[in-house]
Amino acid sequence: MPDNTAPDFSSWSCPLPLRDYPTIVMGHGGGGKLGNELVEHLFLPAFRNPALENLGDAAVLELSSGRLAMSTDSFVVQPLFFPGGSIGELAVNGTVNDLSVSGAEPKFLSASFILEEGFPLVHLAAVVNSMAQAAAWAGVRIVTGDTKVVERGHGDGCYINTAGVGVLRQGISVGPNRARVADVVLVSGTIGDHGMAIMSVREGLEFESQIRSDCAALNGLIADVLDAVGPSVHAMRDPTRGGLASTLNEIATSSNAGIEIDEATVPVRSEVQSACELLGLDPVYVANEGKAVFFVAPEAADRALEVLRAHPLGREAARIGLVTAQHPRMLVARTAMGANRVIATQIGEQLPRIC
Amino acid sequence: MKYLNEFRDGQVAKRMADEIRQVATRPWKIMEVCGGQTHSIIRNGIDQMLPPGIEMIHGPGCPVCVTPLALIDKALAIAAQPGVIFCSFGDMLRVPGTDADLFQIKGRGGDVRVVYSPLDAMELAVKNPDKQVVFFGVGFETTAPANSMSVHIAKQRGLKNFSLLVSHVLVPPAIEAIMSSPENQVQAFLAAGHVCSVMGFWEYPPLADKFEIPIVVTGFEPLDLLDGIRRAIIQLEKGEHHVENAYERIVTYAGNLEAQRLLAEVFELTDRSWRGIGTIPNSGWRLNDHYRAFDAEERFQISGIRTVESLLCKAGDVLRGAIKPELCPAFGKECTPRHPLGATMVSSEGACAAYFNYGRFLSAEELAHAGAAHA
Repeated sequence: MPDNTAPDFSSWSCPLPLRDYPTIVMGHGGGGKLGNELVEHLFLPAFRNPALENLGDAAVLELSSGRLAMSTDSFVVQPLFFPGGSIGELAVNGTVNDLSVSGAEPKFLSASFILEEGFPLVHLAAVVNSMAQAAAWAGVRIVTGDTKVVERGHGDGCYINTAGVGVLRQGISVGPNRARVADVVLVSGTIGDHGMAIMSVREGLEFESQIRSDCAALNGLIADVLDAVGPSVHAMRDPTRGGLASTLNEIATSSNAGIEIDEATVPVRSEVQSACELLGLDPVYVANEGKAVFFVAPEAADRALEVLRAHPLGREAARIGLVTAQHPRMLVARTAMGANRVIATQIGEQLPRIC
Repeated sequence: MKYLNEFRDGQVAKRMADEIRQVATRPWKIMEVCGGQTHSIIRNGIDQMLPPGIEMIHGPGCPVCVTPLALIDKALAIAAQPGVIFCSFGDMLRVPGTDADLFQIKGRGGDVRVVYSPLDAMELAVKNPDKQVVFFGVGFETTAPANSMSVHIAKQRGLKNFSLLVSHVLVPPAIEAIMSSPENQVQAFLAAGHVCSVMGFWEYPPLADKFEIPIVVTGFEPLDLLDGIRRAIIQLEKGEHHVENAYERIVTYAGNLEAQRLLAEVFELTDRSWRGIGTIPNSGWRLNDHYRAFDAEERFQISGIRTVESLLCKAGDVLRGAIKPELCPAFGKECTPRHPLGATMVSSEGACAAYFNYGRFLSAEELAHAGAAHA
């Protein structure tokens, strides 16, 4: 959903000096001429902004006074391009979302690339451009960066690290340890889309599906909720790896409270549910990259849900449960059969079953 | 999700549970054979819906759980060899061998890969002619057709670098062994629906007659399971014992004849050791003489493995239905999904993992509270 100010890279092609090397060579990370060409002809045009253009050893930032939030994350996803996104969008949105759920307005990002010798330059260009688009859409600037090259066989094409700085909003006090008994649990949309989109294109498991990653920057959606009911929001999280189950378990543990969800109310796309059935996976453990979970005081829950549903990224938002004084530090789901089950934190990866 | 949601309707489930409550006048012990059924019973809380006295005993039908430790150790030894691509279904990777699991072998540099079909492993062999590709072919009658197909095609194509490490086990001999045990408590069986989709249920009437037990072919969705349980109880209450098919949308009496033909072409009966249970005569399949060349045990000739079972683990008692998982002294203490002592804690089909993951370690009181807060 790029806005009108987003640069258009749809017809981008590699500028002349880069064409001499259609793939990454060790020299691209050597700090010499080749590296400079990458910066000049790829990174700068894509990310252009005043702080980056100085090309100093550090970006100098102007920030309003107040408290800052900082976050960092590394991205090693395979494949690099998948239905609904790419490693570049993940790298921007991931850090933007980590800042946003901490109650901060994301402002500036860094971007570091670890590239494998032989990585096609057109792929790098596509990754960089997807980052630029994601940053423009999220309203953040990429102000500093770095590139290293590792020998062939020592990397997986392209790894990206991003770090981000944001300004904490006034009057907001959220944290995983702040959920309170009777808080209502809201989720901003369907769960499991990203993980199953990745799985649908992973080598050895390609299956035809319409499932697309939900990869998106949540700062706009979260800002709308905080504008409406900010002081009533006690905890927010983006349920990425480990899925909804791990996020809710973390909050239950940190807040020393029990969480109950009603399985029937958790939004799951039918394609995702079907793919999970086929592979013996549970959508509550499958990763998301564009969803947030909110713990909201009961009196503000309806308003928060209304605001979420009014945002394009929150149309399928739902109320899925509540915080209870019973079974502290435990996540319990009511099944469609009316029975209860404990949903534990996932141990390592979810493994498809034999039959 | 058509054909699934219809079988997960909570209102219909409540009506069926009410019906079971009306027909059950005495306590009964029913074993669901298949690990997939155990998983579904615990995940959906079917056992919580049954009247007191109706006890589900969880059977030995998790392929991961009954694969003998010696074979796991053999798999680890083969996977650690240079030049080998070792392929397995996902949930075998975390099964503890004597010293390690396949994840650890992978961490130490072994080429261990999760595949979703033995045919994918065979394709890997085609693409990697300089490597030996081994597929860990475990499972009941359900997974056997795809495994037999993989070696059938490999033989047709003349592949020299593909083999199966086979440990197939069979349901009817397991039922025979359980019923013949002096400590047996099982009074009726839910036969495994997907095993029967391959094999049909012509093997079961002699067992129902011999041991005078109802056997109900049952599916995996909540309503399938409740229907299977209901039918078993009706037979028990009437003192009847015959084979019934409660999974008619999938299973026929004769089964999948084409699959059975292929199985007969590739496999032969053999005695199998079941982890935690012991050796059951003629309870498994191995590759027959025509396909011996594709047998990884023949190809790799691994010897000198010292296999040591955990002394704490009571997986055998759990698999025979002698104890419920939480009665094992190590359950939830020394043994958790993170540090499994036995395979029943590894696979999501394993009874111990199902109990652990779905919270049967909570007291009834805690669960009642959880329910009350919802209402």
